[in-house]
Amino acid sequence: MDPKNISVTFPHVLIFFPLMAGLITFLFKKDAAVKSWALFSSIITLCVSLLSLYYANDSALSGLAFNYEWLKYLGASFSVSLDGMGRLLTFLTAISFPVIFVATYNTNYKNANIFYGLLLLTQAGLMGVFAASDALIFYFFWELAIIPVYFLCSKWGGEKRLQATFKFFIYTFTGSLLMLVGIIYVYLHTAPVYDVAHAVISEHSFALSYFYAAQLSANQQNWLFWLFFIAFAIKMPVFPFHTWQPDTYEQSPSAVTMVLSGVMVKMGLFGVIRWLLPMFPLAVAKFDNVVILLSIIGIVYASLLATRQDDLKRLVAYSSIAHIGLMSATIFTTKQIGLEGVMIQMFNHGINIIGLWIVIEIIEMQLGVRKISQLAGVAHKAPVLTIMLVVIAFANIALPLTNAFVGEFMMFSGLFQFNVWFAVAALVSIILAAMYTLNMVQKVFYGTANSLTDTIKEISVNEQVVLSIVVVAIFLTGIYPQPLFNLTKDTVIDIITRFK
Amino acid sequence: MNAIIITAVWGIVMMFGGVFFKQKSTPKYWAIVGLVLTIIANGIELINQKSFFTFDLKNMLTFNSFNLTFIAVALLCTLLLFLLNGRDIEKVGNNVSEYFALIFFVLCGVSIAATFNTLLTLFLGIEILSIPLYILTASDKRNLKSNEAALKYFLMGSFSTGILLMGIAFLYGGNAATPSFYISNITIGAGKMPVMIAIGLVFILIAMSFKVSAAPFHFWAPDVYDGAPTVFTSFMATIVKAAGFIAFIRLFAYAFGTMLDQWQILITVIIAATLLIGNLTAVFQQSVKRMLAYSSIAQAGFMMFALFALNEFAKEGIVLYTAAYSLATIGLFAILIKMNDYTIDGFNGLAKQQPVLAFTATVFLLSLTGIPLTAGFQAKLFMLIAAVKDGHQNWLVIFAVLCAAISAYYYFKVIQAIYFKESNTLATQDWDITPAFKILLIITASLIVVLGIFPTLITDWLHYFL
Repeated sequence: MDPKNISVTFPHVLIFFPLMAGLITFLFKKDAAVKSWALFSSIITLCVSLLSLYYANDSALSGLAFNYEWLKYLGASFSVSLDGMGRLLTFLTAISFPVIFVATYNTNYKNANIFYGLLLLTQAGLMGVFAASDALIFYFFWELAIIPVYFLCSKWGGEKRLQATFKFFIYTFTGSLLMLVGIIYVYLHTAPVYDVAHAVISEHSFALSYFYAAQLSANQQNWLFWLFFIAFAIKMPVFPFHTWQPDTYEQSPSAVTMVLSGVMVKMGLFGVIRWLLPMFPLAVAKFDNVVILLSIIGIVYASLLATRQDDLKRLVAYSSIAHIGLMSATIFTTKQIGLEGVMIQMFNHGINIIGLWIVIEIIEMQLGVRKISQLAGVAHKAPVLTIMLVVIAFANIALPLTNAFVGEFMMFSGLFQFNVWFAVAALVSIILAAMYTLNMVQKVFYGTANSLTDTIKEISVNEQVVLSIVVVAIFLTGIYPQPLFNLTKDTVIDIITRFK
Repeated sequence: MNAIIITAVWGIVMMFGGVFFKQKSTPKYWAIVGLVLTIIANGIELINQKSFFTFDLKNMLTFNSFNLTFIAVALLCTLLLFLLNGRDIEKVGNNVSEYFALIFFVLCGVSIAATFNTLLTLFLGIEILSIPLYILTASDKRNLKSNEAALKYFLMGSFSTGILLMGIAFLYGGNAATPSFYISNITIGAGKMPVMIAIGLVFILIAMSFKVSAAPFHFWAPDVYDGAPTVFTSFMATIVKAAGFIAFIRLFAYAFGTMLDQWQILITVIIAATLLIGNLTAVFQQSVKRMLAYSSIAQAGFMMFALFALNEFAKEGIVLYTAAYSLATIGLFAILIKMNDYTIDGFNGLAKQQPVLAFTATVFLLSLTGIPLTAGFQAKLFMLIAAVKDGHQNWLVIFAVLCAAISAYYYFKVIQAIYFKESNTLATQDWDITPAFKILLIITASLIVVLGIFPTLITDWLHYFL
């Protein structure tokens, strides 16, 4: 297959195939058929994404960008493209969904066709966010990724799902609207678009390159920075906008939590790297200390809270805030080694946390409880599960040989280069992470089994398969992370040159 | 011109036809036929740039593609109203053909108010569209709320009309050049506005704000919308309000456009008050009908941004907003009419009973909130671009989006009731729904999504000819 003959391009297939697959899923009636179809289509998406990675080094391939005129006189076009970071994150999205579908294969959801359909629509939305190179398209997909999640959490979630999801939605919606004002303001300061005869097609443009080139004064950049940052900070979440997260993660169904924490939080990080940093360099230089300080407060605060959690889901939720806080702090240091660490850590954190959620889902499905105080000695009857979990737990602590170690080491280097005291404060989180993770492992999996955990059975084949994939990925990327670095090098260099 | 003449004539036809119609269901078909004729005639005028009738209007009315496109949108929304709610109009009372006649007269007033070129024709248009509404509000004669609403509307409306006339008189007399009613002839000379013009402007502002239910002149709206029969509320809250806005903008853009910076502060205060009061009170409503009434006040706040900015985006935005808001609200009211219980809890479990109604209601509510892929988002986008482009009072834009976020709360409360709550009462309800009704709802929802992706379907027509 000659790559130059491809008339459809990778990013727009990655968006529209899950979209169509999701819409088709609504028509199914039988649960088994729905699950097979969902798994099949997500695997196809994964293959497309792998192809896009394979052809990553072929710069002559124009198949990584797609541009369709939409609102010409407004200067908005449906343009999507993939650079290194985009390919990495779309790959993360593409690989998460088959893993999630396989892991939850034995769980029976009511109205499965709507459940899986909405999940596939979420995937399409996420792909769109990562691929968008037009601000209006970015905003469209940013909002559209949340709507299916709203319905998923509200219908299939836990007891207090309605309040938690409502809070999540209103919070995120407010942030998005503020970002919309920012987008409009930058839009009105972009240069006109000319056609070949140098006649004006539109006075302004929503295109990414035009946004980068918009001339904004320091004052304008300052308040625009906050408009965008609040939206991304709510998404990641960064202290003090994090209050929606533990409740939402706890109340949503496991498959959705995996999507939320594995992929959706990366939307916030991605937004900062792709949109915030390049557009507002002066404001970044001015507010970097503030943002890093907020992130680090979040890291320490979340880690401390995690040590006090009894509920497994809430523990992982707070742990996730801590990990993401570190990433968001490192981004604002704008150091090369830090940014490279963030890139691969975005991928690693996704894999690790999905692994954690899979284990929690298994425990909850079999035993019906999520409380650490009620669990003990699972290792006796489920050794394979325990081994897998221990590896993932080590990855959560960022032990060497695991993927998270590489990422965190580089991020701490970047933070250290920026400001020693910030790095020291952030390092506290590693100790706390070890505390709460190992505490959880010891209490839940080791020790004497009680009457409840005696009933646990060894995990089934599909669960073993996905957990093995996660474990292999942890070690593989931990020992040989070079491919991921090569993939995202262009994005990192692009940002560094802007801040020189 | 076609629209004005044909709606007036057809209104009279309906009125006298009422004597001859034997069955109760005949007026509806005659009304639909007349409306379709009007739409076609208006469309021909839009494309040919020439009307069937030539009168020497002495330039008192102007017809350009902007006006005619707006009239087309208003007529199409009324057609949707007739098709969706025709049977419900018949249920309001005995004088069915009179109701349709009055609606046609309102449409005539809408057309005049959209195309006026002098202050007198503005007054004529506003009055012609208001007076039949007073009667329509009262049409549920045996309901005390309807009578009270009508009296409230009539008294306050007449009062505001008096203020409008006073304002017109001041504008006429205080004109720096020779006194003239033509809005393009209003001049102020250099520097600040003369006192008479300022007073005239403020009086007209008050009167027009009353008509479009902008705060602090909105107090009539919730009671009137709540008391009127729901079908007519649907008509009032959408098409009439939009016509009020078009008249508002036309007047202020042509007459006072050059002095925008002198009166922009008034509009700023009105917008802030309207958004705040509309959204905050809607949050606490238990009745969906009242909630939609307050939401229409909040949406009016957004539409006022067109007055705030007075640039190209604003003008395109107001027509797009009319279309988006009318489609969504007419659809929602159509569904509301079929429910027995108008409270939010009355919607519990609608998804199980009537999936089509539930799905289309969700699309309408998402459009009103302003979620992308719906026409409501494009409308809000245009308004926000217009406001930011103007450059003054940027805090107002941030305030507006925060209020839009508040609006998500009460719109999504209904979505939650529809999909995620169980119901006891809906299962036993007697549904008076035809398959045609469901198909129409689906068409409306599809239109909203199509406009959400391609707003140029409407905005292209605005520049067709000048």
